[in-house]
Amino acid sequence: MPGFPQAMPLHGLIGGLMIGLAAALMLLANGRVAGCSGLFARATGIGSGDMPRSLALAFAIGLPIGAAIVGVTIGVEARFPASFALLAVAGVIVGFGTRLGSGCTSGHGVVGLSRLSPRSIAATATFMALGIVTATALRLWGVVP
Amino acid sequence: MNRQTLVSLASGALFGAGLAISGMIDPARVRAFLDVGGAWDPTLAFVMGGAILPMIVAWAIVRRRARPIVATEFHLPATRPIDGRLIAGAALFGIGWGLAGLCPGPAIASLGVEPIPALIFCAAMVLGFGLFSLVPLPSITRKGLGDGFQAAR
Repeated sequence: MPGFPQAMPLHGLIGGLMIGLAAALMLLANGRVAGCSGLFARATGIGSGDMPRSLALAFAIGLPIGAAIVGVTIGVEARFPASFALLAVAGVIVGFGTRLGSGCTSGHGVVGLSRLSPRSIAATATFMALGIVTATALRLWGVVP
Repeated sequence: MNRQTLVSLASGALFGAGLAISGMIDPARVRAFLDVGGAWDPTLAFVMGGAILPMIVAWAIVRRRARPIVATEFHLPATRPIDGRLIAGAALFGIGWGLAGLCPGPAIASLGVEPIPALIFCAAMVLGFGLFSLVPLPSITRKGLGDGFQAAR
């Protein structure tokens, strides 16, 4: 992509369409929102809600299976932060924040935005803004996780 | 395994494959997307756009259907006003997302690709869920939190 040597717009679009189709399948067939934080919380037995735990667990098990299939067939780049401490701190914040805010990139950013839910629009604008601020601050402070 | 569970498994697998193909599962790429003033990587804008397109169609279909294909009713989040809790939660989530470049879906999916760092993040995320459940909140709000699955459209 001109000006953005790292960008993979076609991969992004195709993968994005698959994510959207997966969420559409969950909605049209099961009548459920494919929100990863809520489903994972439910799968672990912590999240509230009326969803049978087996449904949430099946979705949560499906995620790494799908990623592993792509990893084995096409190959996947997953460059994680080297610091386990940073991963742990970020994980706790993400877990707590997504419960408090009732959703994450999938539930608010994909399912809610496409429904034009005012709450999801507000949540997405907020987590995008804070994500940008945090990533920028890390670079300015010279922290490369 | 009943049909609903199979649908969940298939949806999760397709979702995970999409995350892997799109680059969303790569924390360094996610952070490069969020770092708009650095060497910006716009890939994730295409992911978001691509994911929203089928969902716009899906919502249009939902409005015309009385019930889902393999379930008896739609369980959709009730419409509630924007409140401080939503914004505070989203803000915290954004900070965690920017720190590691991981949000919940890719974190779980990457268990199938980079299991050790993914497991650390996911275990910490579950700890975060647990910490939240210890926070005393008004019961009516807590009911709406979590999945917020209520039959309201």
